[in-house]
Amino acid sequence: MAEKKKSSYISGKESRKITKFNRKVTKKLEKERADANKDPNLYTTKMQDPDNVVEFDNVCTYFFSDVGVVKAVDGVNFSIPKHSTVGVVGESGCGKSVTSLSLMQLLQRPSGQTVGGEIRFNKGDGTAYNIVNTPNVIMEKLRGNEISMIFQEPMTALNPVFRIGQQINEVIELHNPEMSEEDVKKRTLEMLELVGIANKEGVYEMFPHELSGGMRQRICIAIALACSPTLIIADEPTTALDVTIQAQILDLLQNLKDKLNSSIMLITHDLGVVAGMADYVVVMYAGRVVEKGTAEEIFHHPAHPYTIGLMKSKPVVGQKVDELYNIPGSVPNPVAMPDYCYFRDRCDRTCARCKGEYPPEIRISDTHVVSCYRYYDEGTPLGYPKSVNVEELL
Amino acid sequence: MSDNILEVRNLVKYFPIKSSFFKRVIGNVKAVDGVSFNIKRTQTMGLVGESGCGKSTCGRTILRLQEKTSGDVIFDGQDVFALSKSDLRKMRPRMQLVFQDPYSSLSPRLPVGEIIGEAVREHGIVPKDEFDDYISRVMDVCGLPSYYKERYPHEFSGGQRQRICIARALALAPDFIVCDEPVSALDVSIQAQIINLLKQLQKEFGLTYLFISHDLSVVEHISDTVGVMYLGNMVEYAPTEKIFANPLNPYTKALFSAIPIPDPDYKLNRIILKGSIPSPANPPRGCKFHTRCADCKEVCRYAVPQWTEVEPEHFCACHLYNDAAAQKKAEEEMENVKRSEKEPVKEAEVL
Repeated sequence: MAEKKKSSYISGKESRKITKFNRKVTKKLEKERADANKDPNLYTTKMQDPDNVVEFDNVCTYFFSDVGVVKAVDGVNFSIPKHSTVGVVGESGCGKSVTSLSLMQLLQRPSGQTVGGEIRFNKGDGTAYNIVNTPNVIMEKLRGNEISMIFQEPMTALNPVFRIGQQINEVIELHNPEMSEEDVKKRTLEMLELVGIANKEGVYEMFPHELSGGMRQRICIAIALACSPTLIIADEPTTALDVTIQAQILDLLQNLKDKLNSSIMLITHDLGVVAGMADYVVVMYAGRVVEKGTAEEIFHHPAHPYTIGLMKSKPVVGQKVDELYNIPGSVPNPVAMPDYCYFRDRCDRTCARCKGEYPPEIRISDTHVVSCYRYYDEGTPLGYPKSVNVEELL
Repeated sequence: MSDNILEVRNLVKYFPIKSSFFKRVIGNVKAVDGVSFNIKRTQTMGLVGESGCGKSTCGRTILRLQEKTSGDVIFDGQDVFALSKSDLRKMRPRMQLVFQDPYSSLSPRLPVGEIIGEAVREHGIVPKDEFDDYISRVMDVCGLPSYYKERYPHEFSGGQRQRICIARALALAPDFIVCDEPVSALDVSIQAQIINLLKQLQKEFGLTYLFISHDLSVVEHISDTVGVMYLGNMVEYAPTEKIFANPLNPYTKALFSAIPIPDPDYKLNRIILKGSIPSPANPPRGCKFHTRCADCKEVCRYAVPQWTEVEPEHFCACHLYNDAAAQKKAEEEMENVKRSEKEPVKEAEVL
């Protein structure tokens, strides 16, 4: 126990040093991002596969906190194909929300910064934005228009002092300045109808507190879809809702996705929701992707011990077990991550190779990729996730 | 000693709505509106329903954390609401509560040992010189190392905090614990740890649980019997295997069909309910579920369904399962309501 205390203890001198360093780094990164007249070549790239909407390529998002650098997302690789739903699963604190916030550039600034890798967002004309380097001015045009987000808690996402109508109008007006007031209102009412609100004229004049949780989430969806975005990020859209309302909302999302031809990035910790909705599944653990593949592969042939443990620990209706499986131990400390596989200490299937560095991504079928040494011999290793050395940022 | 540790008969709890100026009572929020059930010793009863259906209020009223409006709660042969203050105090250690949110139910200013031990000292469960040992033992049972005693709640993760909450309840050597959504704030892998702990403690100490949750898969795993609530009423009650194999009430059917199954091949045959739960201050007349029910008949809109034993041990309140006598009674009731509606004077009296 004494050792534990030592590792978390920081002297005043060290603390001041960390703070000074953090200020220097974040100031530099912020300055780059605020530059409105940046050369477009610096943030325009090409998609690896033009059929993808978004490609995350070795994305690193770090938080420069006073106790050290927290590597919330550290070398995440995956892509979202057009017209499909990608489910991102993991426990709280595994970096799934931070991944989506990196894409939206909505991180808690200045401490949270995307320091490395590329997030390529398809423009549709053969080129792509590299969101990591895109200045704020351009991001403002993308956010809500091309990429939009549905948040977990509908009550905190809506502004309590504005009427529902005004809040939806705001998005449409902002991204379509040429539209007249009547057109905007017409569009808003259309959106309300689209999300299944029967009394649209009435709801237009209401305040958020007058609506139930399910209705509020519908409004949030209406706001997110108002500009027909190509990508919808749904961050735990149904966690705050009841089972019956959850069924309604998921059904609605699925229908609207087909209607608007968008893609969905569904972030959730509920494996049941993912199974019903997603075409592809990405499993995250401690800031890294441990397994990704089609829903079929992940649910029927899970490969990574963490995924297997996660599946076994959830009680399933209709399957009686005496005792639930539980994954021993807990997630490693995010400030001081080990240099070997993050899951090794909790894993019950370790092998000799696990003693080495963090495992590479290993392809075990066309779409199925897993980061575990157990598949090292049968699969094709793709490459190791790369961390960014924060000292080199200055 | 009877078989049942807890008998709840027709429990009613209304919260008055007061006018803003004169504080006159202008209406009631009917949080729990006539709920009856029994829990057998060393069994677990699951109580499920949507948020706002009164399941938490039910749990709290049983423990007499709130006064009832009417009805009876018999705990181990004693009427909880008839007890005097000092008798109730003696009763308190025997029935305990584990709250939903382990982040807000622990005092941030007390060390863990004190959080767990406070009530033990207050009720004089163990002599003073054994106190320290006793707390260590309780913590050990709940999977907490005893050196955590000096630490404060903010140093712990969600799962460990929930263990502290359980240890706090267990320290008083209770017979009956109300678990009010104990795992819904936790991650899946931690959830499994806490559920296993609860089950193991039940076996070891012969505990009885009332397990309130909205997560049906957890309820199925842990409960022996399940009660389904809707808008203050119990709509169905049966042993777990029966209710999951053959739900009778249309609401239960819809609720169970909405459970997400972690299998992409599973064809979801969801019954999607329209609309949301009506306000408990002004519930619909007749069967409270008729506004959202797919099998709604005319009777449902006027007459309140009777609580009937459809199969042995399987209770349900729904007009679909009326026998001839009940059907006749319901139709009479419907006629009465219709008649009274035609005479506006009488309606004013009713209001």
